[in-house]
Amino acid sequence: MAEKKNSLFKEFSKGLIDENPVLRLVLGTCPTLATSTSVESAIGMGLAASIVLICSNIVISALRKVIPSKVRIPAYIVVIASFVTVVQMLVSAFVPTLNEQLGVYLPLIVVNCIILGRAEAFAGKNSVLASAFDGLGMGVGFTTALFCMGFIRELLGTGTITISLLNNGNPLFPAIFGENPITIFILAPGGFFVFGMMIALANHIAQKKGKKIAELHSCKACPMFENCTSPDKEVKE
Amino acid sequence: MKVYLSIILAAILTNNFVLSKFLGICPFLGVSKQTKTASGMGIAVTFVMLLSTMVTYPINKYLLEGLGLEYLQTIVFILVIAALVQLVEIALKKYMPPLYNALGIYLPLITTNCAVLGVVVLNVEEGYSFGHSVANSFGAGVGFLLAMVMFSGVRERMESSDIPEKLKGLPIALVAASLTSMSFLGFTGIVEGMLG
Repeated sequence: MAEKKNSLFKEFSKGLIDENPVLRLVLGTCPTLATSTSVESAIGMGLAASIVLICSNIVISALRKVIPSKVRIPAYIVVIASFVTVVQMLVSAFVPTLNEQLGVYLPLIVVNCIILGRAEAFAGKNSVLASAFDGLGMGVGFTTALFCMGFIRELLGTGTITISLLNNGNPLFPAIFGENPITIFILAPGGFFVFGMMIALANHIAQKKGKKIAELHSCKACPMFENCTSPDKEVKE
Repeated sequence: MKVYLSIILAAILTNNFVLSKFLGICPFLGVSKQTKTASGMGIAVTFVMLLSTMVTYPINKYLLEGLGLEYLQTIVFILVIAALVQLVEIALKKYMPPLYNALGIYLPLITTNCAVLGVVVLNVEEGYSFGHSVANSFGAGVGFLLAMVMFSGVRERMESSDIPEKLKGLPIALVAASLTSMSFLGFTGIVEGMLG
């Protein structure tokens, strides 16, 4: 029993650090860059994607023996899209401000490579419980990475942090740069820059631990790996 | 005519899909090692964007809105795009092998490309007419192609430059992307200024 608990914990914790979807596997870069302009939208995106990830992992894993392997990708997409629609409706009903902040990126969770990638790499091959924990770990890892990026960008870009649920929607502390924040950090270039620096830091830590550095869009992590015929495809193991 | 031009120019320059909307970052970083593959991918994405806009517009307008099923948009759009990409791949392979060899190899990657679903969803959100939607998709595709080709040039130069050990690989590519996108910030307001 203890051993089983241990392995479940391993599924959970690997997504957090060793296989962090954003910083180590370099998946889901689009929502990471787009929604990390503020802490609030970063956490909102992280939670929405995590819910979809956990639910779709559970359902796909439960159906793994029913879905023929030839049509598995369309089947996975239908499951994921259904949960995205559910989350979309819940968000627009209960947190309309978040719906506005995330905009087009909310329906785009469907094509978030983390979710399809986990379905293909894990949920389609493992038990329901293990898949749920895998989804939870990956979701927490995704949310954590987004939170860090959102925190850095909002702090430098606006000089303070504003969360509508805390402090009546006022800034949590006075702006650190006075009236002249480094606005470029909440614009597109700042997103690329902060993400690059975070990957560099994650690589540095990984190298110290004797692990490989994050690869530039490593092909093995891509959900379309088996169908891919691109000349750039890395065939080596 | 002016409206079409301003939609196209805005999609290419001020609201560039990759550099200011962050859509299609995976191929932008992954398939931009050589200019040749980058332009192939860009053209394939433009083609699929145009085609999926033309197909999803009537489906959304007459089927989903007609029946009051707007909440099914996400599911229907992604399935239509996935099916469309498969059909195009099969058709190209059978009838136009040279074109398939040039572009078809990128098609499987495009199904899960957020730029394609993104443009379709954005067209609906903006409430564009058929013509405006097609113009927007064309501009988005050309903007994607432009960003890919420009960035592949930067990447090719980076191969031979002296990069700090810790930034090698992905980090320096992202810093380069940051600078490329900063140059696109310079276009802010230019379309409104030109076409009033």
